[in-house]
Amino acid sequence: MSNKKPIVTIKGTKDGLTLHIDDTCSFEDVLYELDQKISQKYIDEDQPMVTVNIQLGNRYLDEQQEEQLKELIRNHNKLVIQSVNSNVITKNEALEWKKDKEITPIFKVVRSGQVLEVRGDLLLVGDVNPGGKIIASGNIYVMGNLQGIAHAGVNGNNQAVIAASYMKPNQLRIADYISRSPDYDTEGVYMECGYVDEGQEKIMIDRLQLLAQKRPEMNGVERRMLNG
Amino acid sequence: MGESIVITSGKGGVGKTTTTANLGTALALMGKKVCLIDTDIGLRNLDVVMGLENRIIFDIVDVIQERCRLNQALIKDKRFDDLSLLPAAQTSDKSDLNPEGMVKIINELKQDYDYILIDCPAGIEQGYKNAVAGADKAIVVTTPEKSSVRDADRIIGLLEQEDIEPPRLVVNRIRRHMVENGDMFDVDEIVTILSIDLLGIVADDDDVIKASNSGEPIAFQPNTKASISYRNIARRILGESVPLMSLEDEKGVFTKVKRFFGIRS
Repeated sequence: MSNKKPIVTIKGTKDGLTLHIDDTCSFEDVLYELDQKISQKYIDEDQPMVTVNIQLGNRYLDEQQEEQLKELIRNHNKLVIQSVNSNVITKNEALEWKKDKEITPIFKVVRSGQVLEVRGDLLLVGDVNPGGKIIASGNIYVMGNLQGIAHAGVNGNNQAVIAASYMKPNQLRIADYISRSPDYDTEGVYMECGYVDEGQEKIMIDRLQLLAQKRPEMNGVERRMLNG
Repeated sequence: MGESIVITSGKGGVGKTTTTANLGTALALMGKKVCLIDTDIGLRNLDVVMGLENRIIFDIVDVIQERCRLNQALIKDKRFDDLSLLPAAQTSDKSDLNPEGMVKIINELKQDYDYILIDCPAGIEQGYKNAVAGADKAIVVTTPEKSSVRDADRIIGLLEQEDIEPPRLVVNRIRRHMVENGDMFDVDEIVTILSIDLLGIVADDDDVIKASNSGEPIAFQPNTKASISYRNIARRILGESVPLMSLEDEKGVFTKVKRFFGIRS
């Protein structure tokens, strides 16, 4: 064993322990060596909980294997698993993931009683009339009048935003947050966007230009659109 | 234990929704606990007339299909604590509602409310059957037009087959000058044709439309003709005997002088 490269390498970082697992050996070997290593070292009863990040390299684990691995680590009660990272995912997962990241352009008017639902981001070129509803698992961009209900991040993504050329919605919903229009008659606003403000725990509406500051990661959308 | 009243007409556009909103408001003004139910699935309007559209999160179909509790779907009115609305769904159709479910909901509401007003959709199909299912009483709305009276007659015939009290009549949108010229049925004629009790009459008034558009039922305003009419109807529902309001304006010199100075009589 001694002349071989170790299968499991443990590194301490400021975020806790990182386990680098060699991706060329069999899964059984991994379990065996991991068990050996974490039971002999690094465990001190007086220490606080240690978070563990697992780096799998180019190894793919199915759900059962991942559970086995986690179980093994959990058995040592000072260790908490923070993340399991792998460079590879299955094709299906990749396709699903792509769907959630894709931006779907749709050209139509969503009228009262109609519901338009897409996965990923929605780019609607057209209006949403009062009583109409648009739903997306990602962000919503409306080039037109948004007067109905828009629900972004429907699967719980509260980082999602709703942007519209003209905003006078009945309701804005982002993940589990809901805000409704005021009771007095309003004029509506041009070129604004709605997002969840973490500090205030509610949906805020602000100028579109602020989006770049509030959601810097939105640059990804730009890249995706350019690359098609 | 409250009572449930369905407001129906057969014909569309005669003012069922307006009547429901205004009677609800008038009853609430008199201190009753009132719940309005919109059963016009797919073409809901009552929420718009009440100005509560932006508060809808769950609706009656969600309640029937057990996606939420009844209390979660009820919307409290912004003016009265004692007035609530159970909105219709906008995105499904009438087959998502069934008479059994309606009876269940209405029985539950009767525990907490004095009056449950059910806004019926136009037509005599499934939507009508759903709306009538849980009702103890019925109000038929008609306008003084031949087609509308014909449809009201048809609806009264259907209501007589149901297990509810004989319906009462509201004649809506009466235009005085047309009645005077004989171009429109007058109220007596309508009552003779339909031969049911008259509950009240409402004059055609631009303010009613204006109020609907602003999401504030006209019964809320203190002294327009239409709002007094609706409040009179509400009083009759409560069992008071209130004389019918005269549709005629006073035509004395004094009125003319007042009008000259721009004072409203």
